[in-house]
Amino acid sequence: MKHHLVLRVIAKLLIPFILLFALYVQFHGEYSPGGGFQAGIIFGAGFILYALIFGLEMARSVAPPGIVRVLAATGYLLFGGVGVASLLLGGRYLDYSVLADDPVHGQHIGILLIELGVGITVAAVMVTIFFAFAGRGRL
Amino acid sequence: MLLSFLAVTAIAMVMLRDMFAVVMLFGIFSLLTASLFLELDAVDVALTEAAVGAGIATVLMLATLALTARRTKNARRRAMLPLLVVSITGAALIYGTLDMPRHGDAAAPAHRHVAPRYIKDAPRETGIPNMVTSVLASYRGYDTLGEVAVIFTAGVGVMVLLGASTRRRKKKGKKP
Repeated sequence: MKHHLVLRVIAKLLIPFILLFALYVQFHGEYSPGGGFQAGIIFGAGFILYALIFGLEMARSVAPPGIVRVLAATGYLLFGGVGVASLLLGGRYLDYSVLADDPVHGQHIGILLIELGVGITVAAVMVTIFFAFAGRGRL
Repeated sequence: MLLSFLAVTAIAMVMLRDMFAVVMLFGIFSLLTASLFLELDAVDVALTEAAVGAGIATVLMLATLALTARRTKNARRRAMLPLLVVSITGAALIYGTLDMPRHGDAAAPAHRHVAPRYIKDAPRETGIPNMVTSVLASYRGYDTLGEVAVIFTAGVGVMVLLGASTRRRKKKGKKP
């Protein structure tokens, strides 16, 4: 794909900002619209754009499919793990108030962690699905 | 205005035979839907719709097109039964909307159940200004866990069906 010069240059400029915006949506979701799901989608979309422009081989070497699959499970386990942690600390499942001494602070930690889990899973699953589709044929 | 755009896009999608154009129109449809959500002040949903519908779904459908045919087969059959079913369903749905409360009605059931408690107590109990986040992540944590399970299952299903791991066909996946 040597000849798509304009696409490559523009994508190179845009992709860092897309990924940064995804992180912003992820960690600023408490104050502004957004959260783990949206952030995961945006991150996945930015990565899929990279794969579309620079080819599947490059994308596979940046994010090996095996690692992406492990990440998808990790995010989900992180979500469930927060629930188990709150159980072990004497609360109910997914009751974040017990995660810290101050209930409000505990809520903060819990929400931050589960949003992170959601974001990781969503981004990884999107990339996995794209790999599965694109790896099959002539894309 | 937005709704009429949506209707025009939908009709164009039904009429067109070229699947590539249909996929592009589908992206436009999603973007219009996102604007509609924005108009209704549902910013979180609008963000999701724009990213999923206009972004990822379009790419995935293009990938599907690359695997299948680009044009639909010309089925010149008058499909009366499906038309009948769709008309009846649509009429029933429109009849159902007549009972719904007006948009923005403060006395609507949705605004009287748990919403006031969330609005009153969420900032104090969770310390988080964005109520959508606090409801999704904290009060409705089980539901969100279920959603993540759905997404994870979808990913596993695609991997099983399309065999992402078993066949590493390298060198083949490139356009000439």
